[in-house]
Amino acid sequence: MEQKSNGLMGWIDARFPATKLWEDHLSKYYAPKNFNFWYFFGSLAMMVLVIQILSGVFLAMFYKPDTAMAFQSVEMGIMRDVEWGWLIRYFHSTGASAFFIVVYLHMFRALIYGSYKKPRELIWIFGVLIFLALMAEGFMGYLLPWGQMSFWGAQVIINLVSAIPFVGEDLGIWVRGDFVIGDATLNRFFSLHIVAIPLILIGLIVAHIIALHEVGSNNPDGVEIKKNKDENGIPKDGIPFHPYYSVKDIVGVIVFLMFFSIVVFFAPEMFGYFLEHANFEPANPLKTPEHIAPVWYFTPYYSVLRAVPSIAGSAFPGVIAMGAAIVVLFFLPWLDRNPVKSIRYRAGWYKALVAIFVVAFIILGILGTLAPTDGRTLLAQLCTAYYFGFFLLMPIYTKLEKNKPVPERVTMK
Amino acid sequence: MSADVNNSKRRLLVAATSVVGAIGAGFVAVPFIKSWKPSARALAAGAPVLADISKLEEGQMITVEWRGKPVYVLKRTDENLKVLESDTDMLADVNSDASKQPDYCKNSARSYDKHAKISVMEGVCTHLGCAPKYVPDLNNPFAGSLGADWKGGFFCPCHGSLYDLSGRVYSSMPAPTNLPIPPYKYESDTVILIGQDGSNA
Repeated sequence: MEQKSNGLMGWIDARFPATKLWEDHLSKYYAPKNFNFWYFFGSLAMMVLVIQILSGVFLAMFYKPDTAMAFQSVEMGIMRDVEWGWLIRYFHSTGASAFFIVVYLHMFRALIYGSYKKPRELIWIFGVLIFLALMAEGFMGYLLPWGQMSFWGAQVIINLVSAIPFVGEDLGIWVRGDFVIGDATLNRFFSLHIVAIPLILIGLIVAHIIALHEVGSNNPDGVEIKKNKDENGIPKDGIPFHPYYSVKDIVGVIVFLMFFSIVVFFAPEMFGYFLEHANFEPANPLKTPEHIAPVWYFTPYYSVLRAVPSIAGSAFPGVIAMGAAIVVLFFLPWLDRNPVKSIRYRAGWYKALVAIFVVAFIILGILGTLAPTDGRTLLAQLCTAYYFGFFLLMPIYTKLEKNKPVPERVTMK
Repeated sequence: MSADVNNSKRRLLVAATSVVGAIGAGFVAVPFIKSWKPSARALAAGAPVLADISKLEEGQMITVEWRGKPVYVLKRTDENLKVLESDTDMLADVNSDASKQPDYCKNSARSYDKHAKISVMEGVCTHLGCAPKYVPDLNNPFAGSLGADWKGGFFCPCHGSLYDLSGRVYSSMPAPTNLPIPPYKYESDTVILIGQDGSNA
């Protein structure tokens, strides 16, 4: 075997491409030099994943997936008896919400800078799949403490499956493994939450990053830096990810951890938004809570579900709408026909449309935490219509845009 | 690689291998998918239950447990049935349109036509799932706003919802709909099987 270099690294590199991987993905991965605030959230999402895996591994050591013991093992065992158990649990519960905050901001970044556009369609699709896996992960994880909201939240969502015509009833029984949510359901959700979905999630994240490093990062100007290379084939507007962005991201990590710690130590329940109050009561199948609301990160989609009226006593149309609200994201790269990537060089009225979209999404989120009234339902319907209109009318309105001239090279504003 | 490779043969072999492999994978998936069905234990716990009504007197109610829920079996009098026809203007869902019951029980007595007196319903308040109490007494201290209009029925101790003897909820109660009726059928005139559909025909 011929060695490229000497010493220990040479010996390793001849057998495993350590230096090559390091260079390809860090020290010689050239990222645009004009990344701004919005580019923190990808690496932050990775860090939250690490927090979740680490805290999750330890929680699984003390948790018992058994309807008779689950609530006790969390509220007595982990929260009171296990040394520092409360901290590990609050890392995990706060981490779940932090994951969604970071991911929603990461997706918003992609939306405004056109990071989903050619040649980055697959990065976006892998990203939406990650979002879906994350939702499944959050939903199943929420059942595990076996509190009132765990139980009734799962009840509402699994009943959505039962709303599917013809096969729904049997499908619901299959998902629950029983006629009611019980031990069988809790055990399979535990297995999926700690083994299956994390594996899928990691696989998707690897695919997301491989695809990203294949085509290179987008940037706030939406200019392809690979079009301008120097004599060594290095993009003129690119800087090595390491040390430039690894160091920059450390700043993001520290600021993030400051906020994260404030929540973990001073408001772990986040006033009932991260951990709902009803969940501090053990699940009771015979007593429905006054008001059932999902955790905040599901509420925009829950609002869409409720906004669509039942047809012939079936909630199925609402279920379709909720599913469609996520599926439509997959098509974003082809719905947006404007060749200009960054919102900086797109029409002023497009910026307004995006701003209204953000407002509508937040309103849907707020409405999803509240009990429905006639007025709120109407508002949710308007916002839902806007949500779908924003995406589905894109092929028409994005062609009508008057773009501003896109610069040849990235700018540093 | 030699030049005289039979490409079409290779493609056929690759396709055949893939198809056989996929079929094999499909078969292997079956046990995993089926493992999610209710276990024998869950099935036994959720199996239909028999209720013997041979000794049930008029005005008497027995409670049977089915799938963890109390199921009320009540024998009403002819007078009761007459009231059920006429008390309609005070009810929230007279025709049980918004309520859960098998089609053969969607009538004023909410029972089989042939066995109109026998009412079978889940003792689960549609408000928050408490078990309503059977109050046949006409002097019902809980009747509240209904007062003298109370002709016997069910009273939910949790939030005061009132139902008539068909389990139909009165208007302006916390409970939105009538008590659900589980699927059931008559094995004979005196034995009811709760948890399995029958038909009125």
